[in-house]
Amino acid sequence: MPRITQLDVNGARRRIDADSERTLLSVLRDDLDLTGTKYGCGEGQCAACTVLVEGQPVKSCLTKVGAVDGKRITTIEGLAPEGKLHPVQQAFLDADAMQCGWCTPGMILGAVGLLARTPRPTDAEIVSGMNGHICRCGTYPRVVKAIREAAKKGVQA
Amino acid sequence: MITRRDFFAVMGGGIVIWIACDADAQESGGGRRRGMMQRTPQEVSAWLHIGETGAVTVYTGKVEVGQNARTSLTQAVAEELHTPVASIRMIMGDTAITPFDMGTFGSMTTPQMWPQMRRAAAAAREMLIDLASQKWMVERAGIRVAEGKVIAGSHSAGFGELSRGQQLTGTIPASEALTPATEWKVAGTSVRKVNGVEIVTGAHKYAYDMKRPGTLFGKVLYPPQYGAKLLSLDSKAAEAIPGVKVVRETFREDRGRAGQELVGVVAPDPATAERALAALKAQWTPITGTPDSKTIYQHFKETARGGAPTNPNLVPYTVAYIAHTPLEPRAALAEWDSDGKLTVWTGTQRPFGVRSELSQDLDIPEDHVHVYMPDTGSGYGGKHNGDAALEAARLSRAAGKPVLRNWTREEELTWAYFRPGGLIEVHGTVNPDGTLATWEFHNYNSGPSALHTPYEVPQKIEEVHNCDTPLRQGSYRGLAGTANHFVRESYMDELAHSIHMDPLEFRLKNLKNDRIRNVMQAAADKFGWTRRSKTAGHGFGLACGTEKGSCVAACAEVSVANGVVKVVRVVQAYECGAIVNPEHLSNQVEGAIAMGIGGALFEAIHFADAKIQTNRLSRYRVPRFTDMPAIEAVLLDRKDIPSAGAGETPIMAIAPALGNAIFDATAQRPRQMPMLL
Repeated sequence: MPRITQLDVNGARRRIDADSERTLLSVLRDDLDLTGTKYGCGEGQCAACTVLVEGQPVKSCLTKVGAVDGKRITTIEGLAPEGKLHPVQQAFLDADAMQCGWCTPGMILGAVGLLARTPRPTDAEIVSGMNGHICRCGTYPRVVKAIREAAKKGVQA
Repeated sequence: MITRRDFFAVMGGGIVIWIACDADAQESGGGRRRGMMQRTPQEVSAWLHIGETGAVTVYTGKVEVGQNARTSLTQAVAEELHTPVASIRMIMGDTAITPFDMGTFGSMTTPQMWPQMRRAAAAAREMLIDLASQKWMVERAGIRVAEGKVIAGSHSAGFGELSRGQQLTGTIPASEALTPATEWKVAGTSVRKVNGVEIVTGAHKYAYDMKRPGTLFGKVLYPPQYGAKLLSLDSKAAEAIPGVKVVRETFREDRGRAGQELVGVVAPDPATAERALAALKAQWTPITGTPDSKTIYQHFKETARGGAPTNPNLVPYTVAYIAHTPLEPRAALAEWDSDGKLTVWTGTQRPFGVRSELSQDLDIPEDHVHVYMPDTGSGYGGKHNGDAALEAARLSRAAGKPVLRNWTREEELTWAYFRPGGLIEVHGTVNPDGTLATWEFHNYNSGPSALHTPYEVPQKIEEVHNCDTPLRQGSYRGLAGTANHFVRESYMDELAHSIHMDPLEFRLKNLKNDRIRNVMQAAADKFGWTRRSKTAGHGFGLACGTEKGSCVAACAEVSVANGVVKVVRVVQAYECGAIVNPEHLSNQVEGAIAMGIGGALFEAIHFADAKIQTNRLSRYRVPRFTDMPAIEAVLLDRKDIPSAGAGETPIMAIAPALGNAIFDATAQRPRQMPMLL
């Protein structure tokens, strides 16, 4: 089987040795210990596993690692590389848009992708754009608020 | 039991305050002298340490599952110790170093642990003042503590400077007096989630994320039907896979529908473990003749223990089994050391309970078991036991390596316990003036929480009937409070309509409890209940209630078109005594409404042929962004009432408020949860 030997993750070339059919989620978590990317369902229903590929959100549980060979991958660990929070991360803190936090990394990356496509979304656009994400604690209204506030400040992905 | 000597060996010198449980404090005379004790009390509920560097570390067996107990308990200490929130570290749910705790459930952290934290911090503060008084030879009255410093005139010292080189201990009874809520400075304010940055950066390690050097990945073979017994197992193909070990053991106790057998595989990576699991060939006894999700309510009735009610006018309501669906499924990492001691990292609401489970199952002493609970990806009452921990511990022992046993979503939705389904039968009568005359309420299987009506009724019968449950069931956020509120508040609506009285007026006429009246009135005022104007396809409903020391009321507006219900707006008032953290309380209330909408409208476990059919998120629908109404939380701050918990009761009013609104819109009375079948 074809093997993937390196991944471009968070601005660094990471050496791996993975079957190309494995999920990106598993490679990030199990091989690279980037556990900020969360498993939630394994079938693309909850988007807890969202990462950015070339700046766009993808569900890493449904993405084969072979499909992102050579592409630029950003996980939650890469969103604030110098320790300075990304404006969307800050907006989530400001809005208290989390409880247990399991969905939060995926939510934040989903929001970053949404704002890259639609820099000034309406609330309805936030709701439809984020609807693939599940927050079982039910912080949805706060996530909408966080994204709205981040958009006001003009976020660049 | 950790001793004083052990403690200082681990923590270094400084000050330790032990908080004795009430019983122990009484046994020791109930004295409040912060003396220098040489022994630790028999029953300690928490302790607080101020190190020689001035670092404040607090130890509690309570755990964090998203309800923000870590933050609220930190506030409690900051409030009384007069030190910044950022200087306090809270160690939670670690059986090796935190005091025993029954568990984090029943909304008990705020009414019980929270005041104890404040007492510990107050005692530490007073001890620091004692030390400063001796050191500076200043009257105690001239010494104050502020911003993490002890100050008297020109003297000023950090906490650590005063205790340096000493090992001081104090014990306080749990009944010491505290600062009144009206004078709070840190408590009662919206302090942010203390570990929020770790959450938004993905740095926090949940149990699911844990790894130790050499960790193997474990998978477990479950039966194809619940209750099925293993007849034969052919594991040759699995064992032939390089790196795979097949484990076959028997748990000490039968795990009910999951059986007593453990058949598992361990492998160096999850994909290989998955492949090995698929390569196992097992035969199981077939299970037939079990009730399914349609016949279950009749089954409850048929298997009910005790006498059956005779009132022919009872109206039946039903409540489906539902799943907690914590977004982080059950997970455990287990590691044994060469002395036969076991460490388990796992997400559980009862770390000490899981320690006992492990000790009993593995037949090793409790002090050989260390359970550590990292802040966990939610529980909602669903993570009370050690399913994953037991599996990980046995697989790890067999493999001789650390084993991570992470449940899949399918396992979580199939083998975790559910919120009980239930059949509830109700009947009541009203006098011509709108006062209740009689009330009869029978709950089959769903449970006793909030069973008793808060309305004034001269004659009432309220009973719980235990039944056979084909599914594994257990705690849930608010337990049966949601089911009992749903039926009571829906039926109150039925009675109000039967005498053409406004549902708000009808409730207030029959309620003496001022706290409930206040939340009901507050919700109705904010909602504009009396000014509501009915349009086609829209409906309005309300409901109220009380449980676990707090009161809740909701008003809802729905629109119904072609059988599709859209929740338009919800106003919910909530009162749980003195508010500890307004922003976090509001978050809990909003989140409970969101979660409650799921159980009210569409969540249900479907099962047939001893199989769970709703075994994936694509088959088990939970609330999403598009399901959210406009939500307004109205928080009533009663500084004269001790703070109660808020993780559960805010979920109880939404379902009946929605049912009543659907009736208002359609003239069809929903008598089942979920209401959309």
